[in-house]
Amino acid sequence: MTIQISQLHKSFGQTEVLRGIDLTVADGELVALLGPSGSGKTTLLKIIAGLDWPDAGRLDVDGQDWLRLAAQDRRIGFVFQNYALFPHMTVRDNIAFGLTVRPRAERPGRAQIARKVDELLGFLQIEALGGRYPAQLSGGQRQRVALGRALAIEPTVLLLDEPFGALDAAVRRDLRRWLRGVHDATGTTTIFVTHDQEEAFELADRVVVMDHGRIQQIGDAATIHDAPATPFVADFMGATVALPVTVRGGSVAAPGVDASRVVAPGLPDGPARLFVRPEDLVPVPDPAGPWTVASISNTGSQLRLVLADASGAEVPADLRRRHPAAQGLSPGARVHLRPEAASVFPV
Amino acid sequence: MSLASAPPVRARAVLPGFRLTFGTTLLYLTVIVLIPIIALVIEGAGIGPARLWDIVSAPRTRAALRITITAAAVATVINAVYGLLMAWVLVRYRFPGRGLLDALMDIPFALPTAVAGLSLTALYSANGWFGAVLAPMGIQVVYTLGGIILAMSFTSIPFVVRAVQPVLEKLDPALEEAASSLGASGWTTFRRVIFPAIMPAWLGGVTTSFARSLGEFGAVVFIAGNLPFKTEIASLLAYIRLEEYDYEGAAAVALVLMVLALVLLFLSNLVQIRAARYGAVTA
Ligand SMILES: Nc1ncnc2c1ncn2[C@@H]1O[C@H](COP(=O)(O)OP(=O)(O)OP(=O)(O)O)[C@@H](O)[C@H]1O
Ligand SMILES: [Mg+2]
Repeated sequence: MTIQISQLHKSFGQTEVLRGIDLTVADGELVALLGPSGSGKTTLLKIIAGLDWPDAGRLDVDGQDWLRLAAQDRRIGFVFQNYALFPHMTVRDNIAFGLTVRPRAERPGRAQIARKVDELLGFLQIEALGGRYPAQLSGGQRQRVALGRALAIEPTVLLLDEPFGALDAAVRRDLRRWLRGVHDATGTTTIFVTHDQEEAFELADRVVVMDHGRIQQIGDAATIHDAPATPFVADFMGATVALPVTVRGGSVAAPGVDASRVVAPGLPDGPARLFVRPEDLVPVPDPAGPWTVASISNTGSQLRLVLADASGAEVPADLRRRHPAAQGLSPGARVHLRPEAASVFPV
Repeated sequence: MSLASAPPVRARAVLPGFRLTFGTTLLYLTVIVLIPIIALVIEGAGIGPARLWDIVSAPRTRAALRITITAAAVATVINAVYGLLMAWVLVRYRFPGRGLLDALMDIPFALPTAVAGLSLTALYSANGWFGAVLAPMGIQVVYTLGGIILAMSFTSIPFVVRAVQPVLEKLDPALEEAASSLGASGWTTFRRVIFPAIMPAWLGGVTTSFARSLGEFGAVVFIAGNLPFKTEIASLLAYIRLEEYDYEGAAAVALVLMVLALVLLFLSNLVQIRAARYGAVTA
């Protein structure tokens, strides 16, 4: 199923939660929605599922206008952030729910439903848990049941809202790989929400970065990492150090900064901001440099330095301990800064 | 090292000691609840089974019990349906006057039952607001079984509303969203997801409502007319027997009412314990 979203707007009272979302998801694609808390990810997902309605915009799936379709007619597999398993039903009954509520004419027979549930329990590797109630399951097991319940209806589209949010790191990694396997086996068009970058990039074909109800960038890991489209994406992707610079003729300059390795092609002349990751910021010992090493802490393989200038502004820099530049750096040493890779945006 | 400065072995509770709170609770429970019940049982047992049966199976007692149980049952069915609806409206909809309606729900609890009985009688008597409308249609409420049902229903409906309301409020909206995304219609969602979640609380409320109706006295005696064999309820009969210094008769009737109420509460607890097996129902 191809999902086409255009100019979707949604407000709750005075707050604009979605401000013109345009997004196309190809048939069979696995897309991640990545963004900070409150950026509108859940709202977008709910609108696609028919659990919420936009104020304006279009939502077409395979050419059909889904805004005219009630939630129960969209055949969406929705996996909720807190799983939302039916507490008074066993795992089997939870998984079978979507099949048993079909109108009589389309409802599969009892035996057929049982077979389907068995098949899913096996596929989800939770055969032994069929008779348990959700309260008797671990987080990871609930997650699998929630996914099984969604898959049982053979959904046209699978939507997952922070599917691994509440799980510990090891289980997350396991389930991540396993979800990718499920997707590859079923080929269902899938959108999942996360605020874990690693998860988004490892799992998804494409990542959609959202902030404040707008899509900031769509792309794969390398693109978003190396060429952030907006200052927000740069900062969100870890380039948390922002230095004021001046652009002239496509090259970047600032006092105390050696920006020779940074290119800013096509940028208009004038003031700009340079975003760099602490690990891409190399302090170079320089008696005339305007920055002073304020502190150094050793985390084993890394040195974390805090550099301060005369005005008291501080920036962090992470350096491999064996990096050549690390020699001769001690608190009080004067340096200039050399960004190894950075992105520059006009102010 | 002095003992006084040694750290306590057991973690300290916030409230004053267990012994004090538990002792007070136990004393209170014994004086207010347990002793009267035991006295009633002993009194009843002192009568002897044969005499007890004689009293209970006497035509007037039988009639009073039948009227009480019938009226309480009908009132409870009304409360079960209407109380659930009421709780639903209060929780699920936002409308002007909702706060007022919510507050009004406590009036049957707060109002002295005699006042309730008097106002109901005034409203439904032939020249009252409602009575004047109903009388030409040939419907008489005051001094009939209908009046008893009305009074019982009035005084016990908050039990159902107040039992269901908090559970419904805490119900995770994602459960309903999940059901509808899985293809369930509104009614199916209610029947298979919402109702099972609120059922234990609802049943608890309904049972309490029934138990309360069985024993309702103040509100009923004003509107019932209290005609033996027609509109005389069991608790009134017990009172009359007491007035006649017939302690055995009073105790026998009271014992029957008590056993009925206890059996009901026991059954309802059983259902709720079974439901608790699958753990938290809410978010
Ligand atoms: N029903 C609602 N009523 C009012 N405001 C809402 C409602 N639902 C969401 N919002 C607001 O909309 C904004 C976006 O919410 P949304 O749940 O889509 O964010 P999110 O990106 O999923 O965040 P998170 O990562 O924390 O889940 C938030 O500011 C939230 O307060
Ligand atoms: Mg969310």
